[in-house]
Amino acid sequence: MTGLRDHLPGRNGWFWLALFAATWLLSRYSWDIYKAYDARWIIKYPSAYILPVEARISAFMRWLVEDAGFGLFSFRDVTRFISTLIEIPYDFMRDLLIDGFSSGLGNAAVQIAPPLSWIAIIVTLVAMGHYARDWKLAALIGACFLYLAVFGQWNSAMVTLASVLIAVPIGSVGGLLLGIMAYRSPLFERLLRPLLDLMQTVPVFAYLVPILFLFGFGPVAALVATIIYAMPPMVRVTIVALHGVPNETRDVGVMVGCTRRQMMWKVIVPSAAPTLMVGVNQVIMLSLNMVIIASMIGAGGLGFDVLSALRRLDIGGGIEAGLAIVVMAIALDRLSQAFASRNAQAYAPGRDRNLFQRHPWLATVLLVMICTYLLSHVSPVLQAYPDAATVSTGAFWSDFMGYINVHFFDVFETIKGALLSYLLLPVKRFFVGIPWPWGIMVMTLIGWRAGGLGLAALTGTLTALIAMVGLWDKAMITVYLCGVSVLIASAIGIPMGIMAAQNDTANRVVGSFIDTLQTLPSFVYLIPVVMLFRVGDFSAMIAVVLYAMAPAVRYAAHGIRSVDPQLVEAGLVSGCTPRQVLWRIKLPMAIPELLLGLNQTIMLALSMLVITALVGTRDLGQEVYIALTKANSGQGIVAGLAVAFIAIVADRILSATASRMRRKMGLEQ
Amino acid sequence: MEKPILLDCRGIWKLYGAGAQDAYKRHGGALSSEQIRSEGLVGAVRDATVQIRQGEIFVIMGLSGSGKSTLVRCLSRLIEPTAGEILFEGRDLLSMTDKEMIDIRRRKMGMVFQHFALLPHLTVLQNAAFPLEVQGVPRAKREARAREVIELVGLKGREAYYPRQLSGGQQQRVGIARSLAVEPDLWFLDEPFSALDPLIRREMQDEFLRLQGMLHKTIVFITHDFDEAIRLADHIAVMKDGRVVQVATPEELVLNPATEYVGEFTRHVPRSKVLTLRSVMTPGAPEGEMAGDLPQTQRIEAVADQIEASALPFRVVNAEGDVVGSIGRQAVIDVLIGRKPAP
Ligand SMILES: Nc1ncnc2c1ncn2[C@@H]1O[C@H](COP(=O)(O)OP(=O)(O)OP(=O)(O)O)[C@@H](O)[C@H]1O
Ligand SMILES: [Mg+2]
Repeated sequence: MTGLRDHLPGRNGWFWLALFAATWLLSRYSWDIYKAYDARWIIKYPSAYILPVEARISAFMRWLVEDAGFGLFSFRDVTRFISTLIEIPYDFMRDLLIDGFSSGLGNAAVQIAPPLSWIAIIVTLVAMGHYARDWKLAALIGACFLYLAVFGQWNSAMVTLASVLIAVPIGSVGGLLLGIMAYRSPLFERLLRPLLDLMQTVPVFAYLVPILFLFGFGPVAALVATIIYAMPPMVRVTIVALHGVPNETRDVGVMVGCTRRQMMWKVIVPSAAPTLMVGVNQVIMLSLNMVIIASMIGAGGLGFDVLSALRRLDIGGGIEAGLAIVVMAIALDRLSQAFASRNAQAYAPGRDRNLFQRHPWLATVLLVMICTYLLSHVSPVLQAYPDAATVSTGAFWSDFMGYINVHFFDVFETIKGALLSYLLLPVKRFFVGIPWPWGIMVMTLIGWRAGGLGLAALTGTLTALIAMVGLWDKAMITVYLCGVSVLIASAIGIPMGIMAAQNDTANRVVGSFIDTLQTLPSFVYLIPVVMLFRVGDFSAMIAVVLYAMAPAVRYAAHGIRSVDPQLVEAGLVSGCTPRQVLWRIKLPMAIPELLLGLNQTIMLALSMLVITALVGTRDLGQEVYIALTKANSGQGIVAGLAVAFIAIVADRILSATASRMRRKMGLEQ
Repeated sequence: MEKPILLDCRGIWKLYGAGAQDAYKRHGGALSSEQIRSEGLVGAVRDATVQIRQGEIFVIMGLSGSGKSTLVRCLSRLIEPTAGEILFEGRDLLSMTDKEMIDIRRRKMGMVFQHFALLPHLTVLQNAAFPLEVQGVPRAKREARAREVIELVGLKGREAYYPRQLSGGQQQRVGIARSLAVEPDLWFLDEPFSALDPLIRREMQDEFLRLQGMLHKTIVFITHDFDEAIRLADHIAVMKDGRVVQVATPEELVLNPATEYVGEFTRHVPRSKVLTLRSVMTPGAPEGEMAGDLPQTQRIEAVADQIEASALPFRVVNAEGDVVGSIGRQAVIDVLIGRKPAP
């Protein structure tokens, strides 16, 4: 006897319904209210009261660069010192891979030695692939780099590789050291954690501006930005990995009489090595992710090719360079994963073996390097891959896109138009219309319902700050774009995750699909989307959805899979159909996980939104982007922080809700 | 004639939880179970006193969670006891500086762990040589010593293997080899065979007895398996809820259990495995024709066949060779079938 009552919302439900109705009404009629009462402050934060943070920060940065000093040396000396520290190995790497070694400067430069031949580089990588796993991996890596040579991406790829080869060791070692310090000193860890949290939510663009300001346009600034971006996960992984070393292993160290240092470097770090390698893999992937963004402040290489193609709207060139980044990402990802899970083979101890027998690969690589070097004087083909033999796919891609555009233009336009007018625009109108004082109040209320007074204070303050620095409108556009994208990403991703959890075949297909999505650098999504849908909110949304979908899928799958099997059995025994099991047992139990997935999706969407500023959105991302082009550090930092605030508010509210639900279900104390 | 005491510990307490030290002082050092609970602490070891003599196998046994590991970790100072006194070779272990402790551990202590705790990135040889590496012993020398101990535990030929390429039993052999590499005087083994299946466990116990027969170390051995305890032990300390309930030889434990709890433990033990001739024999010099002499410390199990097969009784002699009693077929059969001897 299910009456109407069962379908009515509970007390809680009424509260949210009323709140939403009030917000909607205010949003719909804010313009009229403003007209009726001539109260412009309702829709626009009065500019007289905007906090002058931007100018202050800009002034501070100027002071830092120009006047700040610490007695013996000035701040500028510090940045110069860091520059040199990075520049020397980077220049060496570039000389080794592309430029060749030379003495003297400018026109007087004389080349002493050519760079490594393309053959030698490929052989080295293949050797590493075989050493790390097997011939299959070696073949994959060989094919990837051969692709770069044949399709004319070699030189750009080597520039990118050089910066990855510098950023990854610095980022990994730096992360490891910070992680070790945090592991040793709980105080340091407490100081570090909020910083890591913030780093994860502040969009990269925000610190691109101050870095540009401090280090000047060029590869060093790009490397610094890359390292800062890629290091935090390594710190986290290190902390987790070190704490994960079994107590017994630590006890072994104590019992054999290790000193503190021996304990760390001979026992704990080597035991944690497999997990640490996962962190290194992350650093590699994030460095590649940064390739395009970093080229905005002078990285060069493949990223620069993509960026300039995107600016020229050169379809073919963009896709070509983008694919090259993907290919490189796949190769380096697989290679580093293989190193992480490498099983050292037991070798038969033999005494009278020479270098070649003991280290066949090392010897081969050296031999190839020397031979190609000597023979390159005879045949230049051995030195550099001949231009004549490169194949360009640029024209093909342009034609392909042209074909699609000609034949499917109407279909795409219809889809785009429908989504725009029935989803994007109404949502946009709703968010933009909300009067800012009401917005602050609503966020405070939500914070209070989700996590009590403390959370209410946090969400209220952060929201108010966004209004007070004069970024309310742009923030609302950000929220709208992010909201719509997350909605669509969840609508596609969660069912996919559920399917993957219920069915092994689906799991494999979805799994590899998601893996691929995550290996792609974020910019790559932009290229085809812009080609098909041109610039604008819609393209931005599609790119964000593609980029941010992965966690929705993963968390949904994980949530459904980790429902207590006894509960499912209890449902089956009491006669539930598979449908009912899913809807009545699995889904409700998986809600906390789904919320966490939603949280991650929002974080990814926000970070991608900043990138989509390139395709002409009018949100906070654009604000950061403008700051970057004008090298206005105050503007960049403030807008970046505003994005971070949105991220923090969303994160805290969702985490609080998730953990409250987990407590309610008895999954957590 | 008792051997000298190597490790002497009195009144060891280990309380887990915030403010354990304060709570201990506030109650003047004698907390009851209720007091510990009301302070929100865990009483992992409570007032444990044991003496371990040179060259003996001292077994600590008790159920899971009774505090065995915690006690042994206190003895080796892997964790700091909340209170108590530990004398090692007459020196106060608890007042030693970190440096002195490192020195003692490097030269005098060895430990074998329940889950082997081999370093995954080192080969068998490197694992066994690890304690010496830490001390800075030159490579050639430490590897030579490592090869010796590896051979000792029967793993010759596997020096180049990595731990994950070995079975559980083999891994524990490496653990044993590693702990022996520095020739420790005091050897701790925390449930070394518990993670192994019964057949392998038996084999490892034999191996262990063989090693001890050659090396004569002073051993603190933890187990929760009473069969293992009586096979190996010279003395057994039984623990319950952090307290040492009884310290005795296996035989005394079976004959005179101090508490109901110990009795429960020993009830199902085949008595022939524990009882020695001394406690079963008819005391006094025997008359008549005898089949031969047997030492009084022999366990019944070991000589049962011999006595049962002979029509004549045997003389029982002490260490000096004096005759102290006699034993015949009937007494042995009584023990074997578990019949209480007629008073
Ligand atoms: N670090 C710790 N913090 C709090 N309580 C602990 C800690 N270590 C051990 N305990 C508690 O102390 C008690 C004794 O633990 P211990 O490990 O010594 O038992 P055990 O006899 O070795 O058991 P097992 O046979 O399972 O190894 C247990 O109740 C355990 O919960
Ligand atoms: Mg234990």
